[in-house]
Amino acid sequence: MTPLEVPDKLVFMHEDHAETVRDIAGEPRPHHAGHDHHHGSELSEVELRVRALETVLVQKGLVDPAALDAIVETYEVKVGPRNGAHVVAHAWSDPGFKARLLEDGAKAIRELGYGGRGGEHIAVVENTAGVHNLVVCTLCSCYPWPVLGLPPVWYKSAPYRSRAVIDPRGVLAEFGVELPEETEIRVWDSTSEMRYLVLPMRPAGTEGWSEERLASLVTRDSMIGTGLPLNPEKLQ
Amino acid sequence: MTSFGPVNPEPNEPVFHAAFEPRVLANVLATGALGLWSGDASRFARESLPPPFYYTRSYYEIWLAALEKILAEKHLVSEDEIAASRPLHDLQDLPIKVFHGEKVAPALARGWPSDRPANNQPRFAVGHRVRIKNINPPTHTRLPRYTRGKTGIVEKIRGHFVFPDTNAHGAGEEPQWCYNVRFSARELWGEDADPKISVSIDAFEPYLEGA
Repeated sequence: MTPLEVPDKLVFMHEDHAETVRDIAGEPRPHHAGHDHHHGSELSEVELRVRALETVLVQKGLVDPAALDAIVETYEVKVGPRNGAHVVAHAWSDPGFKARLLEDGAKAIRELGYGGRGGEHIAVVENTAGVHNLVVCTLCSCYPWPVLGLPPVWYKSAPYRSRAVIDPRGVLAEFGVELPEETEIRVWDSTSEMRYLVLPMRPAGTEGWSEERLASLVTRDSMIGTGLPLNPEKLQ
Repeated sequence: MTSFGPVNPEPNEPVFHAAFEPRVLANVLATGALGLWSGDASRFARESLPPPFYYTRSYYEIWLAALEKILAEKHLVSEDEIAASRPLHDLQDLPIKVFHGEKVAPALARGWPSDRPANNQPRFAVGHRVRIKNINPPTHTRLPRYTRGKTGIVEKIRGHFVFPDTNAHGAGEEPQWCYNVRFSARELWGEDADPKISVSIDAFEPYLEGA
């Protein structure tokens, strides 16, 4: 008798994979989503279905094709973690801004020109020597879009959503983040329209750095809480 | 269910994994901007998809299925039209205000804030001990199951916001006070839990009772 095949993880049915278009710090690059990177085979069923739906929506006058393109461009190219890195670097450099950021996140973030959909209400939570913050949305995928762009697949998936609240140390270990036992961990479950941004600790050895240089240390994961900023010594 | 296995983050993950994904995103946002249903309704449509689908499909496939469900319910697009790849039925007389291309940038930059003026005072204050009610509605709620019956401390009054539980079902915005409530891991998971860990949620006033 053949043994039962028991998958040890959920496998998500991704369609033909696009090329990797992000660098290690999460900087978005122009991505030609319109070009099919499938290997010469027919379009997948899902792809065909999406095209059919869009055709009907456009022909019924329910969506404007120009709006569709503008939306895609916004989230592929214009909005991404570089925005959040700018916010963090500015907070590290300007104590007054940092205080305003912790008081009312969305309002202070708007001072830098960022805001809008998916981040109308933002709370910024500060990492300190004694406290590490971790953000999750157990119920769906709520995430501060204007400062971090679209959330990664792992953030939206059942393993992270289920385990961040019950085993944050285990989750952090998977990301290579080991915190001392004495470090308090605060997990923030984004259950309302309030979105969360972690303000990581400024790395040592960055005295006198420009904001632009500081921003280059701020990774996307450090602003979710599943990572730490880059070590200045390791940066080229 | 509290654990679905390893997180397995993908290194250098692209924003989109397939060509259809940004199209789904765009169609969901553009149709959402018609104002015929709320973001809360969209969330309910996704979370109420059959579990075998929900747990095995990719994120944007879930978004697609939920959008199709809503469009069918609202008699805007039907299954036969998708199969035919063209309109087959006229739209009813609905107030359709299409989200035009030139409106996208300012609208996305403004967003759709959900805070609303209050005509009453918050029932709870910072420092109050509160217990999460044991409610298990079949309809939409933002009360996470793992906090039901648990006691925490109000740490912040977030404000007065549209209430998703009613708004998702077209029963009105019914805004409520919303509180940041903190629970110790031991309260949530038992005495063996790490004493250095806490979990905070943003809870609407109808979820809370004094403790």
